[in-house]
Amino acid sequence: MSQPPTSLSRRQIAWRAAQDIADGSYVNLGIGLPTLVADFIPSDREIVFHSENGILGLGKAPAPGEADPDLINAGKGAASLLPGGSFFHHTDAFLMIRGGHVDLSLMGAFEVSVDGDLANWTTNDPHFAPGVGGAMDLAAGAREVRVLLEHTTKEGEPRLRHRCTYPLTAPRCVKRIYTNLAVIDVTRRGLSVVEMIEGMTIGDLQALTEPELELADECRPMRVPAL
Amino acid sequence: MIDKRVASIAQAVADVKDGATILCAGFGAVGMADELLEALLEQGAKDLVAVANNAGSGDRGLAALIANGRVRKVICSYPRTDKPHAFEAAYKAGKLELELVPQGTLSERMRCAAAGLGGFYSPVGVGTRLAEGKEVREIDGRTYVLEKPLKGDIAFCKALKADRWGNLVYRKAARNFNPTMAMAADLTVVQVKEFVELGALDPEMIVTPGIFVDRVVQVASAK
Repeated sequence: MSQPPTSLSRRQIAWRAAQDIADGSYVNLGIGLPTLVADFIPSDREIVFHSENGILGLGKAPAPGEADPDLINAGKGAASLLPGGSFFHHTDAFLMIRGGHVDLSLMGAFEVSVDGDLANWTTNDPHFAPGVGGAMDLAAGAREVRVLLEHTTKEGEPRLRHRCTYPLTAPRCVKRIYTNLAVIDVTRRGLSVVEMIEGMTIGDLQALTEPELELADECRPMRVPAL
Repeated sequence: MIDKRVASIAQAVADVKDGATILCAGFGAVGMADELLEALLEQGAKDLVAVANNAGSGDRGLAALIANGRVRKVICSYPRTDKPHAFEAAYKAGKLELELVPQGTLSERMRCAAAGLGGFYSPVGVGTRLAEGKEVREIDGRTYVLEKPLKGDIAFCKALKADRWGNLVYRKAARNFNPTMAMAADLTVVQVKEFVELGALDPEMIVTPGIFVDRVVQVASAK
């Protein structure tokens, strides 16, 4: 066997997810890995970022010293507002999510099932009180849900499962999965691989994935810049 | 004459009863009426049920009430936020009950109470642990769970400016849960940075009309 393929960095996963966001979309980015996506939106596209705490038109993090204590994002970090941005109250922020007005929710995940079930809110760790935040609202309500995650756990266990082993956030909600190894669509027939990193074979990927993978007709190598 | 202004925060929280359900507006530390909540320490109310997005941040406001054993139960979406040590200590010691509600459901349940509705069917939580025991209904091919209204005895809110009628405007993302909670309690108490003359607020810009507000108190020093 030749050189083992190099898996993507977190920033590269975010870059890849960013390329699929259509111009003019209203998008909610989850905390963690999905937040990085904002840095990689192609410059010719205008995307409006939604924040669950009542913001449309979220901009980049402010420079040190320029943070406004009343302007934070969903992760409670300092945020900024773009021209055209607006503030509204929480009930409307979630009306936008639940009512399908937000085009796309990009979320992190612990596990995704072959049916697109999402588990991303609790691992049942008895040391921590659980918290759900807006995860269930986004998973059940956004017009489309895509997730970004490492293909396996640190111990090498697959995160793409026949059935999620962790409690569900919402059943049958995920449409597309971005990992450090592949881009995979959730279809009625199961998981369909649309891109893989250079040098990876479907057999290699299958060994790291619980449900059976299908190779999409148009499957191509993933081309991601060094970041 | 209508004048909802009160002179002190002690006066604003004077009649909170033991066992009250208090709506604590805010998201993380932003938009929280910390000074009003801290006045409850002095006032003495206990066995409180606190409804909030997060179960206190740092040592202020709701966190101070929890640290002092005044809160029996928290109804929230995400208890552990920025600096959640007060919550964690009380929760691990078994002194604090936790009811977890998806964030939008939490907000909509309060809006429902404010609107005089008996509940709503939501797609959020269907097929998850948080919908266990709830009525499930299919409407036009989609599955929903019944969520009931959530009303407060008292709401503690924070706004930027108020006039003597209790009309409110907010500042940036500090608005968050404030307008909904202000509508959803029997008694709504609001701390504001600044009082303005009646008529000084642009009617097109008023976010919470005074009909929802019972008391406003100025806390100019609040951040």
